[in-house]
Amino acid sequence: MAANTTARLGALGRAELTLLVRNRTALFVALLMPLSLVLVIRSSLDQVDLGAAGMSVIEAALTGGIGMVLLMVVHTNLVSAYVARREGLVLKRLRTGEPSDREILTGIALPSLALALAQCALLVTGGAALLDVRAPQRPVLLAAGVLLGLVLMTALAAATSAVTRSVDSAQLTTLPMFLVSAMGSGLFAPLQVFPERIASLCELLPLTGVMTLVRAGWLGGGDTKELLGAALTALAWTVISVFAVQRWFRWEPRR
Amino acid sequence: MTDLIEADGLRRTYTGGFEAVNGLSFTVPQGEIFALLGTNGAGKTSTVELLEGLAPPSGGAVRVLGRDPYRERAAVRPRIGIMLQEGGFPADLTVAETVRMWAGCTTGARPTGEALELVGLTARQGVRVSQLSGGERRRLDLALALLGRPEVLFLDEPTTGLDAEGRRDTWELVRALRDGGTTVLLTTHHLEEAEALADRLAIMHQGRIVTLGTPAEVTASRPARIRFALPETVPPARLPRGLRAAADGRQVEIRTHELQDTLGALLAWAREADVRLEGLDARSASLEEAFLDIARAQRHETVVV
Repeated sequence: MAANTTARLGALGRAELTLLVRNRTALFVALLMPLSLVLVIRSSLDQVDLGAAGMSVIEAALTGGIGMVLLMVVHTNLVSAYVARREGLVLKRLRTGEPSDREILTGIALPSLALALAQCALLVTGGAALLDVRAPQRPVLLAAGVLLGLVLMTALAAATSAVTRSVDSAQLTTLPMFLVSAMGSGLFAPLQVFPERIASLCELLPLTGVMTLVRAGWLGGGDTKELLGAALTALAWTVISVFAVQRWFRWEPRR
Repeated sequence: MTDLIEADGLRRTYTGGFEAVNGLSFTVPQGEIFALLGTNGAGKTSTVELLEGLAPPSGGAVRVLGRDPYRERAAVRPRIGIMLQEGGFPADLTVAETVRMWAGCTTGARPTGEALELVGLTARQGVRVSQLSGGERRRLDLALALLGRPEVLFLDEPTTGLDAEGRRDTWELVRALRDGGTTVLLTTHHLEEAEALADRLAIMHQGRIVTLGTPAEVTASRPARIRFALPETVPPARLPRGLRAAADGRQVEIRTHELQDTLGALLAWAREADVRLEGLDARSASLEEAFLDIARAQRHETVVV
C-alpha cells in the first residue's frame, strides 16, 4: 500500500513538474522572484535599526527570504496550480482514478515543495559561504520551521483555491496573504523592531510562527516559551487550513 | 450470473431542488454491455456519476462489484475504468506523458504502448494534448479508462466527436472487451450506437427509466410503419377502412403491429384499384422511433418490457 502511494505521488509529481517547466510565467516567478526579493528586503532594511533584533541586515534579509520562498514558490504558485487543474477538469478526472484526495493534492504540490526546499537550502548555504552569515545555530529547529511552513502554505493554498474562480483571479486572491505576511509576519523587518502591541498582534498571523522558528533555528536565540508559542500558532493555522480544505475545497468548476 | 452493477431506487437531487435522477433501479450482470439512452438532460451523466462513486446518491443505493463505490472508493477504483463525458487532461502534457502519469496511478497498468495501440493513438504519442482533435482526445480518454484492465467499465458518451470510422473502431474495441468478460455501462444519445452495441438498454427520460430491455424487446413493442403518397386523383378516403391509415394531404402513414398482413392488404387493394403508391416505404420499428415516441409522449410511468 505504501509503495503504491509512493508510485502515485511520483507519477503525479512528475507530470506536474513537466507542466511547471512548460509554464514560463510560473517558472519565472518560482525561480527568480524570491531571490530578487531578498535584495529588496535587504535595501529596505538599511532604514531600520536592527539593534533590538540581534541580527545583521543581511541575516534579516536572508531569513526573510525563506518566508518569501514559502509565500511565492509554495502559496502563490500552488493556488494557481490547483485552480488551473480544477478548471481544466484535471482534478475531476484524477478523482476517477485510484489516488486518494490527499494524494492528488500532495502530488500536485510536490514540484513546488521541492523547489522551495532547494531555494531555502540555497539561501542557507549561500549565506554561510558567500555572505558571512552564521551557519544555522539549531539546524533541527530550522528544518522543522521550514517543513511546517511548507505544509501550512500548501494547505492554505488549497483553501485559497476554493475562493478563486480562475487562474487570473488567483493573482488577486493570493494578494492578501502576501501583503499581510510580508508586512506583519516579519519578512521585511523582524517583529522585534515593531511597537510591542502591534508585534503581539502580528504574532497570531499565519506565517509569523514559522518565521520565528526559522529565525531562531538559523540565528539562535528565542526562549522556549516563545518558540513553543510560535510552533503552536503555526500548527493551529495548519489545522484550520486542513479543515477548510476538507470542508470547502472544490474538485470541479462551478456549473 | 452475478450482477456487477446494482442500482436500487437511486435518486440525485441538486442544491436548488432539481431532481436529476428520480428513483432508478436496474442491474447489469457480468459481461454485458448496458446502455443508458436519453436526450440531453435526461439524467444519464448524473446517474453514471453516482455509479462511478463520484458523488453520493441523495437516496437509494448503488453497488458496484458488490461494494459502495462512494464510501468504499479505495476498494472499488482499482477494479473499474471510467471515461468521463469530458476528459480533463493537462493541455501541456503529451499523449505519452499523460498515459505515463495515469499508469503511475493505476494498479497493474498496461504498458503505455499497448494502451495507445488499443485506441490507435500510437502515431500521436509525442503530441501535446492541446493539439489533439476532439476525437483523439476521446480515444486518449478511453485508453486511460482501459489502462488498469478494469472488470467494470463506465463510458459516458464514448464516441461523441468521433468520425464514422473512429466510432466503428470504438465499437469493435468495446465488443472485444465484453467478449473478454468486461462489464460495460455506457451512455449515449446516438440511437444506432445503442442498437449496434448494447446487449440491453434503458431509455431515460426526466430522470427515470421509461423502457428497459434488449434492443429487440424495446422495438418489438412499437408499431411498424408504412408510408406512401396517393395519386392526386385518388382521395385517401378510398383506402380500405381496416388499414387504419392516417392521411396528411396525399401523404399517408399506416402504423401496424402486423407489418406483413397490413402491407399485403394494402398492395392487394392497390393492384385491384390500379393505384400507384408513390415513394412506398415500409419498415419495422426501429429504436429511433421507440425513442422519439417516448420523448414525445413524456410518459412518467416505468414500462418494463
